[in-house]
Amino acid sequence: MAKVSTVEGRAIPYGRKNIDTDLIIPAHWLKTVSREGLGQGAFEAVRADNPDNVFDQPQFAGAPILVAGDNFGCGSSREHAAWALLDMGIRAVVAPSFSDIFAGNAFKNGILTVALPQEAVDRLLEVAQTDPITIDLEAQSVTTPFQDRFTFEIDPFRKHCLVEGLDEVGLTLTREDAISRYENRLAADKPWLARGTGVAA
Amino acid sequence: MSSKPRTLYEKIFDAHVIERRDDGTCLVFIDRHLVHEVTSPQAFEALRMKGRKVRHPELTLAVPDHNLPTTARVDEDGNRIPIADKESRDQLAALERNAPEFGVRYFDATASQQGIVHVVGPEQGFSLPGTTIVCGDSHTACHGGLGAWAFGIGTSEVEHVLATQTLLLRPSKTMEVRVEGDLAPGVTPKDLIMHIIGVIGTAGGTGHVIEYRGKVFEEMSIEGRLTVCNMSIEGGARGGLIAPDQKTFDYIKGRPFAPKDGEWDAAVAYWKTLYSDPDAVFDQSVVIDAAEVEPSVTWGTSPEDVVPIGGVVPDPASFADPSKQEAARASLEYMDLAPGTPMTEVEVQNVFIGSCTNSRIEDLRAAAEVLRGRKKHANIKWGIVVPGSGLVKLQAEAEGLDKVFIDAGLEWREPGCSACLGMNPDKVPAGERSASTSNRNFVGRQGPGARTHLVSPAMAAAAAVTGRLTDVRELTREPA
Repeated sequence: MAKVSTVEGRAIPYGRKNIDTDLIIPAHWLKTVSREGLGQGAFEAVRADNPDNVFDQPQFAGAPILVAGDNFGCGSSREHAAWALLDMGIRAVVAPSFSDIFAGNAFKNGILTVALPQEAVDRLLEVAQTDPITIDLEAQSVTTPFQDRFTFEIDPFRKHCLVEGLDEVGLTLTREDAISRYENRLAADKPWLARGTGVAA
Repeated sequence: MSSKPRTLYEKIFDAHVIERRDDGTCLVFIDRHLVHEVTSPQAFEALRMKGRKVRHPELTLAVPDHNLPTTARVDEDGNRIPIADKESRDQLAALERNAPEFGVRYFDATASQQGIVHVVGPEQGFSLPGTTIVCGDSHTACHGGLGAWAFGIGTSEVEHVLATQTLLLRPSKTMEVRVEGDLAPGVTPKDLIMHIIGVIGTAGGTGHVIEYRGKVFEEMSIEGRLTVCNMSIEGGARGGLIAPDQKTFDYIKGRPFAPKDGEWDAAVAYWKTLYSDPDAVFDQSVVIDAAEVEPSVTWGTSPEDVVPIGGVVPDPASFADPSKQEAARASLEYMDLAPGTPMTEVEVQNVFIGSCTNSRIEDLRAAAEVLRGRKKHANIKWGIVVPGSGLVKLQAEAEGLDKVFIDAGLEWREPGCSACLGMNPDKVPAGERSASTSNRNFVGRQGPGARTHLVSPAMAAAAAVTGRLTDVRELTREPA
């Protein structure tokens, strides 16, 4: 995973609440066996319904930030939602809250999910109409050219992984001894559970 | 282990912690991993590229469901019928290739064990009480109906579990949904969970694991419990569970992957320790009066947009929260509904009975009971019944339920996710409405422009008969 430090640039103001992952990327795009190219399908229904939609306005082309409403990314666990955002150039989403699964998927793809109070998000939605926004992961802050400064919380483990660009699977595999100990205990204490489908390991 | 009283979720979590990091993140062992064709190809590909293998193929079970057409899969000579859509065909072929390559047990599209992952897991005895169960699908909470801590994951986590049989997680908060009293006759588990989501809201359970408690759940069948837990994610909770009891053990006993012979008693002895201690404290507690629950139906484009069938489409101005007002206005525009319209006046053109929420045998029996001897209304252009698995299909056919559906004018299909998510060819046309037993009424969920009303199986059957949303109790009431 690439290291993440600062995300800076125009932010797409889309303050709708409960933006679900079906809206971010409809199911017919999920037939792919790749992670690439999903940006074309991002927010397809919004774009089709309204030619003046915010996503197709030239000033937001390639914008690295999305500012959205409460409970962003609710619904399906499809990581395709994170891949679609990444493919359209989004590196950070700012919203009052995020669904748990989406936040995890975003993190695994190096997309920052920044949770701020609704008032702060409202202010950023306003600024985003005309000006860029800066998100500093190290300082855990969001700033605007107008001296606005909002600080945010982030899980320390996730921050560490993002700042260092760590591969989580690789990280876990270094814990081989601990995992093996657990597995041995499981096989001894609950063989009926460890057996699973019974196919040879 | 500490002597502090613990909730059921906390007991399961603690039993699976391999290591606790100083920052609070835990390395957690995963007992069961269900894999389907849509969220796994990129994970298997990543393993291949990095030269990694599946750490525990025996703890992994693969079955296609999301993308598979529900039309006939073999011709008269027993040959597989190729899937017309190339992308779908390629995605299914990828799973068919990946499972044997990585040594994972696989039920192919024509096997009687094939079905929706969340129907197959419990049915095969793969899903067990007290286990950690994951799947690249948000409705994995379903398995919580057996007393498991089950939750949906993304594809990167699928890869992580395949490679390490673990996940890095922080403990969730706990939420108790306590239902007091009894459900009225004609009110089903689906109506109850929809009512609960209407109360807590679609983000109400975010960051939490829900435990459903109360006599209602003790008296509820296992299939009903699976329906309730299934929709936990629609209330924002990644997991939802119900303490296992004798009904759970009876349900599991004898299933193919369930503990056998001498090991059965040891398993049951362990499962009997799985309950929330009497003094355990939940971070949040919600109390629901069962008597207030009526057959439920959605009016909008979020599962929290629930009213009783006797209710009306709400006025957006009636919501206190301005962002909810705006969302309601957008929903009503999409749904083409006017505030104040009685729900029973809303005509539907499509009926979908199926999905991981409502495609088990009890669901099909409930729908068939309403449809027996009746015909679908002229309004209904398309009505399909999609059993949750090949075994459910066989059981339904043995009971003659398929005939009831076909005689009523509905189509009887092969198992899969189908019109729940509109990924395979089963879609609701733009601008048309469906009475659907699925779990999500999102914009475009059942197809671009489709308007979904979530209901129970009996209510979907009632809508098929009358061509509009209907209180099923009007059709099933004994004549005076």
